[in-house]
Formats: sequence, structure tokens, C-alpha cells
Amino acid sequence: MTARVIVRKLLFYALVVAIVVFAVFPFYYAILSSLKSSSELFRIDYFPVRWNFDNYIGVFRDNPFATNLWNSVVVAVLTVTVSLFLGITAAYALARIRFRGRGLLLMTILGVSMFPQVAVLSGMYQLIRGLGLYNHLGALVLSYMIFTLPFTVWVLTTFMRELPKELEEAAILDGASSWVIVTRVFMPLMGPALVTTGLLAFIAAWNEFLFALTFTLTNNERTVPVGIALMSGASAHELPWGNIMAASVIVTLPLVLLVLAFQRRIVSGLTAGAVKG
Amino acid sequence: MSGAAGTDQLTRNRTRTAWLFIAPMLVVLALVAAWPLLRTIWLGFTDANLLRLDQAKWSGFDNFSGKHGLIHDKVWWQAVKNTLWFTLLTVSIETVLGTVVALVLTRTFPGRGLVRAAVLVPWAIPTVVSAKMWSWMLNDQFGIINHMLLSLGVIHSPRAWTADPDLLMTSVVMVDVWKTTPFMALLILAALQMLPKECYEAAQIDGVHPVKVFFKVTLPLIRPALMVAVIFRALDAIRIFDLVYVLTGTTESTMTMSVYARQQLIDFQQVGYGSAASTFLFFIVALLTVLYVVIGRVKLGND
Repeated sequence: MTARVIVRKLLFYALVVAIVVFAVFPFYYAILSSLKSSSELFRIDYFPVRWNFDNYIGVFRDNPFATNLWNSVVVAVLTVTVSLFLGITAAYALARIRFRGRGLLLMTILGVSMFPQVAVLSGMYQLIRGLGLYNHLGALVLSYMIFTLPFTVWVLTTFMRELPKELEEAAILDGASSWVIVTRVFMPLMGPALVTTGLLAFIAAWNEFLFALTFTLTNNERTVPVGIALMSGASAHELPWGNIMAASVIVTLPLVLLVLAFQRRIVSGLTAGAVKG
Repeated sequence: MSGAAGTDQLTRNRTRTAWLFIAPMLVVLALVAAWPLLRTIWLGFTDANLLRLDQAKWSGFDNFSGKHGLIHDKVWWQAVKNTLWFTLLTVSIETVLGTVVALVLTRTFPGRGLVRAAVLVPWAIPTVVSAKMWSWMLNDQFGIINHMLLSLGVIHSPRAWTADPDLLMTSVVMVDVWKTTPFMALLILAALQMLPKECYEAAQIDGVHPVKVFFKVTLPLIRPALMVAVIFRALDAIRIFDLVYVLTGTTESTMTMSVYARQQLIDFQQVGYGSAASTFLFFIVALLTVLYVVIGRVKLGND
């Protein structure tokens, strides 16, 4: 190896290290801060000093954080379930049956996924008031459909389109109804696609802030993002940083683990939703 | 039953089934997307107030061009300016950094899987949490960013990253770049991986400098995908709400169109006026969406 090759290699690895540090450092620092006592918090450290879980106890003691967590789980799970159900039935029709208006329908659905949430905010507020869902978790599940549904339908349609035609033809010859075809023939093959879209819908619902902030009013109905955003200390200028960092780590850890475990699927789902669109 | 009639019958049945299967999804979308959108646009032309929504009266273009309309509202124009500036800055920085990260990830090297996983971390973190994590790091007295910059000698006194109006936008852009570059990198990576390997090999054999290969071979090939990714990101940036709201609140120097509209709608209870602002934002996004679809088509045509 010549000196030039070595220098080039070193530069490349320096770049790799810089990327990794830049990406991971804020989360690392949040974990570090969450493990400090309130007095240690105001001293800068780059490495853990000791393991102190007071903030993790504090976040549950001083805030309705357990309720917020539960609300987030309920909302995210229901959102995923409903959008996968509606998504897979619609995707079957859009991917496997030729009918007039199909292209237009797909374009409309793609268009909906571009809606800025704030563009529907006042209409949605009135809808939710009208349905009696204000300050109710149902309001969130319903309103989240606006961003999970288009995406779910789109990705599932793309996926279903690529399944071999023979599968369906054999089932039709056997006299199977469309319902049976969807649930018995396609569903078992859709595992990976369902996991991908389900995960992305889960993350979107888990992270959503604007609707959750606007359509809920009391602590008992708030989800975690709103809970964290509104966490305050004795005065407005004294935020309980230790507690906030602990809460941040608690809500992020499951997501980071999910992402690491399902890296490939998530990447393929994201790019199917965007680039191929 | 003749063959043709049988096929017709089958087609009709299939079409009916198709609509039956699509109907539930369409009903929900009509309820949560079409109706609220049309309602918001309509409310924009009324004097609606949050506390008496039912008594909204038609007021024509008052909210847009009236004496107290949007076009005379300095704060609104500041919000428009902030949003466009934010979009321009973040999207261009993210495109450049995303390309660099994507180019690194196309190389094979030990630990590549780990690097790719690490890059996904910022994307997975909820925006609200990112905003809180960064506002702690950017804290003027106890923040690690000030500490780092001071020890490196970049700055000579601590900066109030989340309070000084001149620095707020820099902070917001910085956090957004951190959070969204991974997404951009993934999109670009996907485009890079679809490229035929032969081009590179030919260029390598010819001994062309890698930088030249990038600008002469790679970039033109991934340009359609890059354009789609840029527009996709721009659409996202234009509607930014949560990051700004949590990091800097409703301060004028970083207020975006979404933050402005929500403040009018909910905090000031001016539903009519806020809806007018939302509608304005919607049309900007709609315009960009059309652009996206057209470019998407062009790109598909090239395949």
C-alpha cells in the first residue's frame, strides 16, 4: 500500500466516524444526562459518571407519564390495526383488479399524503367536536388516518402488484371469493410488507404532535409527545431537564430498538413510499 | 352462456368487488381528509370564532385581502419568509450531506451495517424528543454545545441558542438537518443502488478521478430520483410545525406558516383568519405536489 492509499483510507474512516458521532451523540447525551442527579446535571461530562435512576422514578412520580405512555400505546396500536385492515382490502382492489378510475384514485391517495396537517386543522376540529370525540383518544385514531392510510394503501398496493398472477387465478378457478383470496391467499404472503407498513404507521402515530396537542385537553388523554412538550418545573424558567431526558429516553428506546431490528424493512418501505411514488 | 357474455359478467363482478373493497378506505379518507379540507377552506371565507363555530358568517375575501387581512399582516409575511428560508436552507444542506452519507454507505467496508443503523437513529427519534434533547444541549448556561465551541475556541462567550432572536433560526435548521439528513441519505442511497455497476467499472478502468466520476456519471444518472427526493423534503419542510413549536415556541423570528395558523386558530380562537392562513399554505403545497407528480412521471418515463 502506498502512502496515498493509506491517507485516503484514513480520511474515509474519519468521515465514517464523524457521521456516526453526529448521528448518535444527541441520544447518547440524553441518556448520559438522564442518569445524573439534579446537581450533577449542571456540570458538563462526556462520559457517564455513575448510574443514578432518580430521574426515571421522578418522571413517573411528578407527571402522569404512565398514563401518557399507555395512551400512546393504545392510539398507535389502534391506528396501525385500522389502517392495515383498510389498507389491505383497498390495496387488493387497486393492485389486482383492472377497473376504470384506478389510476386517478391512486393519484388522489398520493395527493392526500401530501396534505399539510394544519390545512385540515379547523375542519378536523369541527368534525371531532361534532362526533363528540374532543379530548378523547378516538379523536387521535380517527385523525391519524389522514397520514397513515394513504401511505399504507400505497405501499401495500406496490407490494401486492408484484405477486404472481397464477396464485389468484388458481383460487378463482376453485371458486374462492375475493374475501377468501385476500385473507387466505395474499395475507400469508404479505408478512414482510405488513410488518414494514405497520411499523412505519406505528412510528408516525407514536410521534405525532400537532393533532394530539390540539384535540386533547387534559393530562389523562394526552400522549407522550404532548406530555413531554408540556413538562414543566416549579417555574417556566426551571425546566426539569433530568426528568425530561429520562422521559425522552423511555419513549425513544423502543423505537431505536425497533429500527435497529427492522432496519432493512424500514428502509425498503420508506423508499417505496417516496422514490417509486 | 356465450364466452363473451361470461367474460363481461366476470368483469362486471370484478369491478363491483373492487369498489366494495375500496369503499371502507374511501369513506374514511373522505371523512378525515376531504371534508376537513373543504371545511377549512370554507371557514377561511368566514368570520368564524372557535367558541361559536356554528355562527360563522360569510365574509368573502376579508381574511385574505381585507383591511385586517393576511396581506396586511406583518407577522404573517414574516412567517411566510421564515418558512421559505427554512425550507431552502434545510433542503439544500440535507441534500448535500445526504449525498455524502449515501456515497459513504455505497462503499463496502467493515461495520457498514452498524453505520447504516446509527444513521437511522435520528430519524427514529420523535421530533418532540429531538427538540427537547437539542434544547438541553443548546442551553445557554449548561449546554454542551456552548462548552464544546468554547473549548475549541470557535466562540469566546456562551451563546443563547434558544433565546437570541438572531440565533434561533440557526438552531432550528441545525436540529432539522440532524433529524432529516438520514431520510435524505436513504432516498439517495436507494437511487445509487439502482445504478448499473458497469458505468463505474468503465470509468475506473479509464482512471477517471472519483470526483469527476461523481459529477459526470453518477449525478446525472440519479438526478431524477434526487429531484423527487428534494421536492418530497421540501413539502415536508414547508409544513414544519412540531420542531419549531417545541424548540422556540411561537417567537416571531422562527414562526412558520403552520405555527402561525395554529396560533390564530386555537390560541387566538380566530378560526376564520387561521383557516385562511391554512388555505394559503395548502395551495402552496398543492402546487408543489403537482410538480412532484409531474417530475415523478418524467422519471418513470425514463426507466
